[in-house]
Amino acid sequence: MTELVATTPGLFPLPDWAKTEVADRAGSGGGRHPGDGRGAVAEAYGRARREVLDDQVEAGLDRIVEGQLRWTDMLAHPLVASDATERGDVRRYYENNNFYRAPRVVAEPTPTGAVAEELRAARDHVGDAPLQAVLPGPYSLSDLAIDDRYGDPAEFLAAVAEFLAGEVERFPEVETLFLLEPSLVVNPPGDDLDARVPEAVDVVADATDADVVVYAYWGALEEKVYAHLMDATVEALGFDFVTEQDRTLYNVTEYGTTDAIAAGVVDGQNTRVEDPETVRERVDWIDERVPAQEFDRVYVTASTELFYLPTTIAREKLGVLAAATGEVEA
Amino acid sequence: MTGAENREQFRPADHPNDHFLLTTVVGSYPRPTWLARARELAEEGEFSADDLAEAHDDAAGLVAREHEEAGLDTVSDGEVRRDEMVEHVAANVDGFEFYGPVKVWDHNYIKKPSVVREVSGGDPWLVDEYAFARDVASRPVKVSITGPYTLARWSFDEVYDSDAALAADLADILNAEVRALAAAGARYVQFDEPALAAEPDDHPVVGECLDRLVADLPDEMRVSFHVCYGDYGRLQPAVNDFPIDEFDVELCNDDYEQLPTFEDPPLEPDLGLGVVDAHAARVESVAEIEANVRQGLRVVPPEKLTVSPDCGLKLLPRDVARGKLANLVTAARNVEAALDAGEIDLDDPAPAAD
Repeated sequence: MTELVATTPGLFPLPDWAKTEVADRAGSGGGRHPGDGRGAVAEAYGRARREVLDDQVEAGLDRIVEGQLRWTDMLAHPLVASDATERGDVRRYYENNNFYRAPRVVAEPTPTGAVAEELRAARDHVGDAPLQAVLPGPYSLSDLAIDDRYGDPAEFLAAVAEFLAGEVERFPEVETLFLLEPSLVVNPPGDDLDARVPEAVDVVADATDADVVVYAYWGALEEKVYAHLMDATVEALGFDFVTEQDRTLYNVTEYGTTDAIAAGVVDGQNTRVEDPETVRERVDWIDERVPAQEFDRVYVTASTELFYLPTTIAREKLGVLAAATGEVEA
Repeated sequence: MTGAENREQFRPADHPNDHFLLTTVVGSYPRPTWLARARELAEEGEFSADDLAEAHDDAAGLVAREHEEAGLDTVSDGEVRRDEMVEHVAANVDGFEFYGPVKVWDHNYIKKPSVVREVSGGDPWLVDEYAFARDVASRPVKVSITGPYTLARWSFDEVYDSDAALAADLADILNAEVRALAAAGARYVQFDEPALAAEPDDHPVVGECLDRLVADLPDEMRVSFHVCYGDYGRLQPAVNDFPIDEFDVELCNDDYEQLPTFEDPPLEPDLGLGVVDAHAARVESVAEIEANVRQGLRVVPPEKLTVSPDCGLKLLPRDVARGKLANLVTAARNVEAALDAGEIDLDDPAPAAD
């Protein structure tokens, strides 16, 4: 019996009212961590956070994310918010028409507890609902940042992993931790570094009792990267089935996979709203295509972060995810 | 049709030199600040649609006039009526819908459209923009148009199977617009494809679109193709097969590092060379711009060289934009005079600086 868990990879779009309110008050560029303290911007972010939490609860998602509305530099945010970094140049965010300020790491990054604070605020609002933390995986965060401190990719990766582990240690109790690793697909680690990725993931995963899911998206992992990643001790690996199916299924059947998986089956970058039946069929299809394995659990998720979408569509997609997982157990 | 043949029509009657380096703009230009206030008033309901249209007309006339005062051979309305390059087309083509703003970066958002049914043309809209500028300007007006590939890449596509299929349909719609522009007297259009910079391997899709875009255009219509930034080496030599008169590129920003890309194999269309930096808020000196113009002569002969800013100047302070254009024209005229006087060795037109 496979348990289907409706969730998302976080990074929600700001509600439209907050887009104006926060931008007007914060000014372009904000601070290191926009909305710190008790001012009007913090209040607006708090209201916006409660709104996206309520949206998820109302939609019936099985894991509730904080929404990361303050993460103006998307997955680079945890390092942007760290005192160990300076503001680097503005770079393209993966192969999207989005941009972020690359954090330039000039000293050993030390945890700030800021993400933990966001999660506590979420916990206060949703009570006992199962909470899911979302962080960049260590490889993606090191790939998005600029290393001006270590000079060696492996050393830098290890330092970023320690930094993330420190953030995770400060977390309140959460059910699940999603580590987003799009860089593993888009800008895969070369020889030697690929073997270090599972260790780095384990450093972060070992810092929590939560179920840890490593979700890579925008395509399939290179075979060797996948084979190495299988050495990580995590509950689930996750795959973007919206972008790529065959090569992912090849990896999974050739090298096996975790007992639980995450399946990106709702398009996080297209406003076309899927039919829940279709989404459910996609999940069943994946299950059928991996006959050697019965999954304990499938995290049914949007294929990417949700901030690419207009807010109304993002909200509709939450409903689709919940409906697709809501009826009969597979 | 080759670019060199239809450029003479833009030589002003009082052009001072025998040589003629066509001077032009890429598109956008800083809006006068009062236009922002007029638009706010319109949003607040204090200004009627007619009031806003009048403000847009005034701003378009003003920009065309500034371009003329700078001495440009061809001018534009600075795209002052357009908020965003994809949105302004999507708002005028049937099949698009706007669900709300989406993030570009930080707290900057765009109204990214969704294609919700097969796209189809409505009433021509570029013609009105053009006709107004044509009537107020004394120099020929260039019309910049967002290319179909960029429109497809930068929209949500709920309907088509591929960017190529959507772009092809959009190209047919834009072709009707360009033919209407030709009928209204336009002789210079520029297709902008910034999305190609991020996906240069998609150049066959863009080539196919261009074939559609230029179908049934008169030979007098000069077709420019602009791609800002990116790795031009991955577009060349494919660009040589595009049905265009001119390839306009952003090279100044990079200090002409990519110029050799166009030397071998030689660029076949005319070169539209960016000679002032659209991202730097300082006015380059005439001497500096002259050196940039001469860089272009390494790649094409004078009769195939057009000079322009690197890209649209919209994000610069207005006085900086005006200063850049004025110096650009002076520099071009100086290089022409030097060519007339035989002072430039075309085998070594841009000696390396010390």
